[in-house]
Amino acid sequence: MTAADVGSALVRAGRGVRWYLREFSGEARWDDYLRECTEHGHEPVSRREFERRRADLAERTPMSRCC
Amino acid sequence: MSTVATKDDGGGGRPPEDTPGRRLSIRSVLIWVAVAAVGAVAWTVLALARGETVSALWVLFAALCSYAIAYRFYARFITRKVLGADDRRATPAERLHNGVDFDVTDRRVLFGHHFAAIAGAGPLVGPVLAAQMGYLPGTIWIVVGVIFAGAVQDLTVLFFSMRRNGKSLGQMVREEIGIVGGVAALIAVFAIMIIILAVLALIVVNALAESPWGVFSIALTIPIALFMGFYLRTIRPGRVLEATALGVALLLLAIVGGGWIQDTGLGDALTLSKEWLVLALVVYGFVASVLPVWMLLTPRDYLSTFMKIGVIVLLAISLLIARPVLQAEAITDFAREGTGPVFAGSLFPFVFITIACGALSGFHALISSGTTPKMVAKEGQVRLIGYGGMLMESFVAISALIAACVIDQGLYFAMNSPAGATGGTVESAAAFVQNFGFDTTAQDLAAAAAAVQEPSLISRTGGAPTLAVGISQIFSDAFGGGLQAFWYHFAIMFEALFILTAVDAGTRVGRFMLQDTIGNVWPKFGDLSWRPGNVIASAVVVGLWGSVLYIGVTDPLGGVNQLFPLFGIANQLLAAIALTLVTVLLIKHGKLRYAWVTGVPLVWDLVVTMTASYQKVLSDNPAIGYFAQASRYRDAQDAGELLAPAQDQAQMDQVVFNSTLNGVLQAFFALLVLVVVVNAAVVITRAIQAGGSLPTTEEPATPSELVEPAGLWATAEEKRAIAEHEGLVGAGSGGRHGDRAGDGGRP
Repeated sequence: MTAADVGSALVRAGRGVRWYLREFSGEARWDDYLRECTEHGHEPVSRREFERRRADLAERTPMSRCC
Repeated sequence: MSTVATKDDGGGGRPPEDTPGRRLSIRSVLIWVAVAAVGAVAWTVLALARGETVSALWVLFAALCSYAIAYRFYARFITRKVLGADDRRATPAERLHNGVDFDVTDRRVLFGHHFAAIAGAGPLVGPVLAAQMGYLPGTIWIVVGVIFAGAVQDLTVLFFSMRRNGKSLGQMVREEIGIVGGVAALIAVFAIMIIILAVLALIVVNALAESPWGVFSIALTIPIALFMGFYLRTIRPGRVLEATALGVALLLLAIVGGGWIQDTGLGDALTLSKEWLVLALVVYGFVASVLPVWMLLTPRDYLSTFMKIGVIVLLAISLLIARPVLQAEAITDFAREGTGPVFAGSLFPFVFITIACGALSGFHALISSGTTPKMVAKEGQVRLIGYGGMLMESFVAISALIAACVIDQGLYFAMNSPAGATGGTVESAAAFVQNFGFDTTAQDLAAAAAAVQEPSLISRTGGAPTLAVGISQIFSDAFGGGLQAFWYHFAIMFEALFILTAVDAGTRVGRFMLQDTIGNVWPKFGDLSWRPGNVIASAVVVGLWGSVLYIGVTDPLGGVNQLFPLFGIANQLLAAIALTLVTVLLIKHGKLRYAWVTGVPLVWDLVVTMTASYQKVLSDNPAIGYFAQASRYRDAQDAGELLAPAQDQAQMDQVVFNSTLNGVLQAFFALLVLVVVVNAAVVITRAIQAGGSLPTTEEPATPSELVEPAGLWATAEEKRAIAEHEGLVGAGSGGRHGDRAGDGGRP
């Protein structure tokens, strides 16, 4: 295994962690939305508007947290 | 559970049950034989070691090897054979996909969400209290309980709810068992939630009382969360990771800052009594429930989730580095005699209700039948999410048990016995624990408090301070640097943080339940956007848990001592309702021969909870039976006497009132569960008479177009299937499904 291999493995691991954190925290939802808009030819709303709608949804959905 | 999944030889369930089980490869056989051997050695060491030094790592290995085997073999058997999870069937996330609640979610992401939702302070506190019986009973129950009861409950409830478009536990009980059972279950869920919230809040109060450092850092979490909320709303919308990183940095600063302020005037101002803290929590709970979620609840949840996962990982690593030695005995005399000062009662049934979360927690059934089932991509993934998620929580419980068992056990009892027993000073507490045969001195107790820079550690009940001492000891051993006081307050902070998150979220869920129920007779009240309805429902929920909390805090006999059994039994009774439901469902689906999978844990749980309820209600020993306790104090009052630890007649009245109330609640919960069980027995009899099955509300099968791996890692076979599927779907036309099929859109 060369230094380049180790390097690329580290880069891949770093990308994986970033991917996971963005998916887990819901940050990636914006990307999903943009992609869907492109696919269906819709004009996307602003990020601010998008996040506001997500917050309104959260307002009506109970979020259970266990003991 | 990464070790588990890598060793999984795959066969994650596609194609499902109709293929004959493949033979294990030689390599798999060797690996699993090795895992079994390590586990067997670890259990043997734990079982046989008496009076010699035992490393805590044996507990860790015994647990991890058992989990691995259970996940690989038992969970797979349940998923494929018993439940018949079928990856050719579309899940509600795929069928009803709307991007809102029904949303196909990557299995690893959903595992994280589900784990964050089920794991809170419960698995950290119960094992600490149960340590009074020694390390062995707790370890055995946490590991065996999770494998055969807790994880089975989570998995089966998740599966059945998923097959019904994510219906809630209460809804399923009403539709599948009957209206009587359904109403009883609804009341039980609500009442149990109130008790759970009160006990969780009690733990925070006990951890923060007379601790300016703790109060300072916890209080700062509110402005920090508000700041994050506004950051995400107005400054940088949606940049959650950025905001969370800032929040965590501020949080660490708040912990350090607590150390600076504690000896200043501000420190004196923040030295709060328990009564003041109750008031603060009640006001906070009410405000949090009424405010928009983006301001406080959502950002606080980000903080608490990331802290939770960070600390658990840190704890696991530091246990491996520090390799602490167990100070507790394997089984103490209290286990045999039932006279322990932390909680009364003998090993059976009280270990099994003291440790609820981590082994079997009914509350999880609410989450397994709430948001999670609407997001599962593939039926076979319920094994990873439901069973695997619960194994992870069990691992947290094991870590907490270890933390409580590696500290000096004289200190453990001085911290966890009520003030009425220890007398509240280091001298009296030292004398108290020396009675039990520990050689801990007053100087030792004072030094332990000084090491974590707390005024006193005597009678700091509730489990959180003990766990914090254990964690601070393990972390300072592992990482050095003389930071024990920092780590102690770090641990207190993270426990309080997620207890408060649970209290916020629970208050809101309770509010929704109340509005929904009353909405049936008064539709206006059920409208979630009607402000007065929100305010009234929030006030009722907060008022209910707030009064139980106040009662606990002022209880002369010690709130944790009195209320924790009620909490544990309530949680396990909820588990009884959930296990009853899934057993009925197995039978209604014509799977009577597999009904033992949930039936055996159900019977065990009923025996435990009913025995415990019976003893708490009817035992004539005043240390155990609530009513016996009430009448003992009443008799003394009639004779004009004062009974310790009560110091005046008002406290005598209080004991009589509290004990009577606890007894009534206990009896009421048990009765509700019996109603559900009897109703279920009627349905089961009907199913058997009808030839072994009955129609259910399961959604009909629809073919799935998604191709996704079942386990944590995709197997070679699954990768091939995904590549093939992507080839068929073709570039560009795949849309959401095509994008997701690969590695979840991973770069």
